[in-house]
Amino acid sequence: MKKFLILPLAFFVVLVVFLAVGLKRDPHEIPSPLINRAAPEFSLPTLSGTTPFSPSDYKGRVWMLNVWATWCVSCREEHPVLVAFAKQIGVPIVGLSYKEIQPQDDPEKKLSPESKLNLARSRGSVWLDRHGNPYTLSVMDLDGRVGIDYGVYGVPETYIIDKEGVIRYKQIGPVTPQILSDTLLPIIRGLENS
Amino acid sequence: MIAELGQFILVLALLVALVQCVLPMVGSLTQQHAWQFLARPTAWLQFVLVAGAYGCLLTGFLKDDFSIAYVAEHSNQLLPTAYKFAAVWGGHEGSLMLWVLMLSVWTSLVAYFSKSMPISVISRVLSVLGFISVGFILFILFTSNPFLRELPAPLEGRDLNPLLQDPGLVIHPPMLYMGYVGMSVAFSFAIAALITGRLDSAWSRWSRPWTVIAWAFLTLGIGLGSWWAYYELGWGGWWFWDPVENASLMPWLVCTALIHSLMVTEKRGGFKAWTVLLAIAAFSLSLLGTFLVRSGVLTSVHAFASDPTRGIFVLCFLAIVVGSSLTLFAWRAPKVTLGGTMGLLSRETFLLLNSVLLSVATAAVLLGTLYPLVIDALNLGKLSVGPPYFNVVFAPLMVPILFLLIPGTVAKWRSANLAEMFMHLKWTALISVMLGALLPFFVGEWSFGVFLGWTLGLWVGLGTLQHMLERVFKPGRIGGSFWGMHFAHLGLAIVVLGITGVKSFEVERDVKMAIGDEVTIKPYVFKLNSIDEVKGKNYTASQAQFEVFNSGQSVEILKPEKRHYLSSAMPMTEAAISSNLWRDLYVSMGDPLPGDAHQLSMRIYYKPFVPWLWVGVLIMVLGGVLAAFDRRYRRVSPNTALQTAGQALSGSELEGSDAVGGLMNQSALGEHSPQEQSDHAHGDPNSGAHVPS
Repeated sequence: MKKFLILPLAFFVVLVVFLAVGLKRDPHEIPSPLINRAAPEFSLPTLSGTTPFSPSDYKGRVWMLNVWATWCVSCREEHPVLVAFAKQIGVPIVGLSYKEIQPQDDPEKKLSPESKLNLARSRGSVWLDRHGNPYTLSVMDLDGRVGIDYGVYGVPETYIIDKEGVIRYKQIGPVTPQILSDTLLPIIRGLENS
Repeated sequence: MIAELGQFILVLALLVALVQCVLPMVGSLTQQHAWQFLARPTAWLQFVLVAGAYGCLLTGFLKDDFSIAYVAEHSNQLLPTAYKFAAVWGGHEGSLMLWVLMLSVWTSLVAYFSKSMPISVISRVLSVLGFISVGFILFILFTSNPFLRELPAPLEGRDLNPLLQDPGLVIHPPMLYMGYVGMSVAFSFAIAALITGRLDSAWSRWSRPWTVIAWAFLTLGIGLGSWWAYYELGWGGWWFWDPVENASLMPWLVCTALIHSLMVTEKRGGFKAWTVLLAIAAFSLSLLGTFLVRSGVLTSVHAFASDPTRGIFVLCFLAIVVGSSLTLFAWRAPKVTLGGTMGLLSRETFLLLNSVLLSVATAAVLLGTLYPLVIDALNLGKLSVGPPYFNVVFAPLMVPILFLLIPGTVAKWRSANLAEMFMHLKWTALISVMLGALLPFFVGEWSFGVFLGWTLGLWVGLGTLQHMLERVFKPGRIGGSFWGMHFAHLGLAIVVLGITGVKSFEVERDVKMAIGDEVTIKPYVFKLNSIDEVKGKNYTASQAQFEVFNSGQSVEILKPEKRHYLSSAMPMTEAAISSNLWRDLYVSMGDPLPGDAHQLSMRIYYKPFVPWLWVGVLIMVLGGVLAAFDRRYRRVSPNTALQTAGQALSGSELEGSDAVGGLMNQSALGEHSPQEQSDHAHGDPNSGAHVPS
């Protein structure tokens, strides 16, 4: 009889449908402008080795760049996944130790760049010894400049770089077993076979 | 042990809530009195249990029990004790506990202050509240349990987010939640009334004080949130149109409309379906806000860590609660009778316009908030809707609302006389326009925006004062709702004047400064004297010292800080602000500039009229409190109900200048009959809208 009184219900049903679809999306999934661009070049000291590492060293191979830090809490969630699946991933995983030394570690700003690097290396090694080391090698981005070049929003983040040195995928936030098997591994396999 | 105890008590609370939800409702539908009388004791028992569970969690915090994962994530041994109390609601799980605690507080208050209500009504109301409680306790137990242990326990907790370590944030969430959760009371009354089909004056009289007090809490909560953002975030902004802010603004707008619509329903028996819809909408929007904040569907600075299972749970709960209410509404509302006749020009018309405009404003905010989500869901890309949209859409809607406010308070019920109203208000209107046009010259640049904003603010403020003065000089007791309404309007006027002032005359400077440098804004000269390192309990900070001069005289020392909390990587900005009635001087430290150790970026703001926002909000809250505690809403025993009816009559006479005629028509006594059975037997169609079921 008064049919318009059903309108609020109809409006609400439409709203719920949109909210339900919205739930499946991730608003943080920002399309990165770096996708399908060449991975920015850098040369950084590694955690344990003596020679610095550059992305061009891995030309001709598919590899992963994983941003981590000992102070990063989500990394603790992600790390066991990387450790457990490192073999299955089957491509080199390069760790990018991001801004390991935080301002409050050095409030007086007295540490020299060398001692900062040493401190970061020892902290990183202890952490990897305890939690397992999935990385082929880890590079030390102390001042975060490389992070800026790669558009790092937060730690952890994971990049997949193809044989030509082009960034093909960027994962913001922790890698879960599901993301790994549904998204990352198919991309890696595809790039390896191309 | 304490965590297990807490969880056990929470499960007990769930069982009690189930009883409170099911038995009284069944009892009221099948006329089993004994079952209906279970409603009150179960409500109280539920409160005791929920408070006990909450107490267990709090004890975990106070004892630094880091084996409880939630405590380990949100507290720290160094955290000052006051913040340990606040840390309980610093994360998702604990804030839900607070939600449920607030709900049980509201429920027990309703159970206590409802002695004058028929048992069949109160048992339904408490049953609906019990249902909401069941939903939220299930949500906690299944997706967000704060009592989970993490063994082996970490030696130290991660600390409360430094952003939340602020006195403003200690009281902001409880106030906001009191408001949000308070919407559930108006909602429960509406649902109970829809179930019986008795949408009468008694129903609106019972809902009004609860709605008004929830509105006051919500107002205070939003005001505190804005105040916190202004003082703590260090950007000098007080409103960002962030999805989470919008989530609190939308229920506020609808609740404001509801308060006004309830008045028409109580006094004239009109707008019943509309009022019920507003009550449902206010609570639905509170739930929607909960969903938006906790599901991670929208990005926001406030958002809790997103978790799809939580999102699905809240969405299902939202769908059940709101879906069934709206279905009930669509089924029942067509049978609701219309209210008394109303003239084209009458107080009813103004209040209807107010409701409609506020609802349109809500719809505009809802659209802007959900638009990114809708576009994403339709695969049309990612975008965000920013302040420009909201400012463009929202401000023009406020203009008619403010303009119509004063004639609305002056107009008579049923039929008003335009010429009479014009004569009554012409001087106020003239003075408002003249002051609005002239004052900007004395403060700064004249612009149409400031003219319009100030004219409307003055119009609302002066019109309200005029009405208050006229009433004070008339004989008769003045009711709390009279003062309440006018204080709320006065507060609104002050907020409007303040917002216009700060938007039009603020000066913001982002500058590079070295020690000894000076910056001049308006009459003030800011000189950077020194930068020192200072230590707090759980942070270190660099602190700048500014001396402020006004025409050569040193008037103020400001000390903004950049804090590094020991347990967090993010540096926090602590702005230094000097306030007086007319302006804020606001200094906050930026980051050190790369490559130059001696220069720092500084934000130096001159913010006129900002204190007016906080004062205005407080006056609005005061208005809400005064209205809610009006004597005619006081709890009465059935044998004094008749007397109350008399009081109500005189009370409303004072509210509307010539409302007596209207009320006489309405047979006020009939509405107040103590026995439910006779409640709707009396009177004319205006009073009791009885729907045969």
